[in-house]
Amino acid sequence: MSTQPIGAARLAARFAGRKAQNQAAFIAYIMGGDPDVKTAQKLLDGLPAAGADVIELGLPFTDPMADGPAIQAAALRALKAGVRTKAVLAMAAKFRKKDVTTPLIVMGYYNPIHHMGCGAFTDACVEAGVDGAIIVDLPPEEDAALRAAFDEAGLALIRLATPTTDDQRLPTVVAGTSGFVYYVSVAGITGALVPEADPVARAVARIRTASGLPVAVGFGVRTPEKAAQIARVADGVVVGSAIVDAMAQKGVEEALALTQCLSGAVHNARSESTS
Amino acid sequence: MSTQTQVDIWPDARGRFGEFGGRFVAETLMPLILELESAWDEARNDPDFTAQMDAYMRDYVGRPSALYHAERLSEEFGGAKIWLKRDELNHTGSHKINNCLGQVLLAKRMGKTRIIAETGAGQHGVATATLAARFGLPCVVFMGATDIERQQPNVFRMKLLGAEVVPVTSGTGTLKDAMNEALRDWVTHVEDTFYVIGTVAGPHPYPHMVRTFQSVIGREARAQILEREGRLPDACVACIGGGSNAMGLFHAFVPDKNVRLIGVEAAGKGIETGQHAASLKGGAPGVLHGNRTYLLQDDDGQIIDAHSISAGLDYPGIGPEHAYLHDSGRAEYVSATDKEALEMFQLCTKLEGIIPALEPAHALARVADLARELGPKGLIIMNMCGRGDKDVFAVAGHLGVKI
Repeated sequence: MSTQPIGAARLAARFAGRKAQNQAAFIAYIMGGDPDVKTAQKLLDGLPAAGADVIELGLPFTDPMADGPAIQAAALRALKAGVRTKAVLAMAAKFRKKDVTTPLIVMGYYNPIHHMGCGAFTDACVEAGVDGAIIVDLPPEEDAALRAAFDEAGLALIRLATPTTDDQRLPTVVAGTSGFVYYVSVAGITGALVPEADPVARAVARIRTASGLPVAVGFGVRTPEKAAQIARVADGVVVGSAIVDAMAQKGVEEALALTQCLSGAVHNARSESTS
Repeated sequence: MSTQTQVDIWPDARGRFGEFGGRFVAETLMPLILELESAWDEARNDPDFTAQMDAYMRDYVGRPSALYHAERLSEEFGGAKIWLKRDELNHTGSHKINNCLGQVLLAKRMGKTRIIAETGAGQHGVATATLAARFGLPCVVFMGATDIERQQPNVFRMKLLGAEVVPVTSGTGTLKDAMNEALRDWVTHVEDTFYVIGTVAGPHPYPHMVRTFQSVIGREARAQILEREGRLPDACVACIGGGSNAMGLFHAFVPDKNVRLIGVEAAGKGIETGQHAASLKGGAPGVLHGNRTYLLQDDDGQIIDAHSISAGLDYPGIGPEHAYLHDSGRAEYVSATDKEALEMFQLCTKLEGIIPALEPAHALARVADLARELGPKGLIIMNMCGRGDKDVFAVAGHLGVKI
């Protein structure tokens, strides 16, 4: 057993590490098992070297209501290849054997977790070395069962804040959350609209104050330029659809090259902006 | 619509019917759902809103709908007396308009300027497009590409009514995919858009709101049968996709413990074949489209595509209140196959001169059994929730007739 922190603590350590260097963290999203487990594993294992500070591993679901075409298609490819939740957790376990410092969280929809049971899912996450989860269709009003199990295991249940989360609602969203808060930068689906830096900066400041946690920004960040802009105002930048698209169209190497380029832009953003 | 009964204890403040229901939506939608809930609470307690509803129900929808003694069907089935609640006579040809009227009036009241809806058979899409036309609101209807193919007349109707019909090709291109796409649209147009959900499903307050708007069916039927027969029926029967026409009929009768409530799901090619839409008979509890309910799903919680000859029943879930009534034993749920529905479609047309939609034709198949079971002293009310004009082309195809 390693002495590395796990779960929410592993996430906190990573964000703190970047913050100490006055850098934002770069968070890469890929779909588990897309287009098949073997190829996806190669991509997953290559992400840390390409500069990913935190990895979000998508759990495929038949009805991804909050996702745009890129991630919908990725989920369907994975499902078509026979990939299910357990296979994605097995990918995480394989990754964790080689890398004990990079936080890895899963992102998906509630029904497969509900079907497995919140306790069993939590145990499976712990066993696989998964540090937390973002469950898109599980708002604070409905997440008591999973939150209790995650809290006990020291895993982070990461909540989403959005442009529609007003001051009245924000305390509900940040109460009981851990790891970081994921700010959905545009009202919409993944990969569709492009966020503006100014309103994002204001939202990040507001959420950071309310939660006392790092705030990562995602949805609609596709280019190194946009990623750098967001990196100047947020604690983390998430890119998903663009990497998923690169993987689908050009393969693992190109997806990793894009990740390298995006992570570089994020890590260098603040030094460039002050020069 | 203001009638309160003891069954109104469900849903609770969290939108639960027992263990079912709730609000499982993306955070972007949560504030909208909460805003909708408070607007809905305000509207339903406002006598002006009720009066406005009642006036349009009477003059525009054509309510009350008749309760009709189907003598020749009763004779054919050789048992109980069968009464049909004629909701197919409503404007636009189905019960769907009861709910659309309520939601579009609420949208106006909330100052929303754009209407979206999902549709399967097209009945809900047509009813929504109709009200949007009447109140001068732009309307976008999401419809599965497969359904567009099998419901061409309704697609053309919606376009005539000024709605934009967006074909949905994701998944299998049926009702559930249309609902996903409508949710994606809503999350992208949070400021101005009202999502008119067509059935007693979705996040709270939709199941409650839709039930309330549809419950006019059962209230009328209950008063009508008491007037005509001097007693309550032995059973109320309705087909179930999401379950709005069934909930509409059942709601007023839930406290009447001696009235059996029977929902008929679509068994497609037979439940044993796996190609069906019977969420209660062939599914398990899960979470989809904002609520916890029975769903068709595999052992990983992935949603399985439903199959039914009827596009209106072709949905892998069911309203959460039906899940509750099922588990509590208050209502019974059975099923009818594609083949049975086709037979009943023809039989009802020939004997009663009423062309039923394929959806209520499913209910008729179980009414036949029940009539024999109850015998000549029995009384049955069946909700004839839609007319079959929209299905004529599809049925001709199934019967091998070219028109």
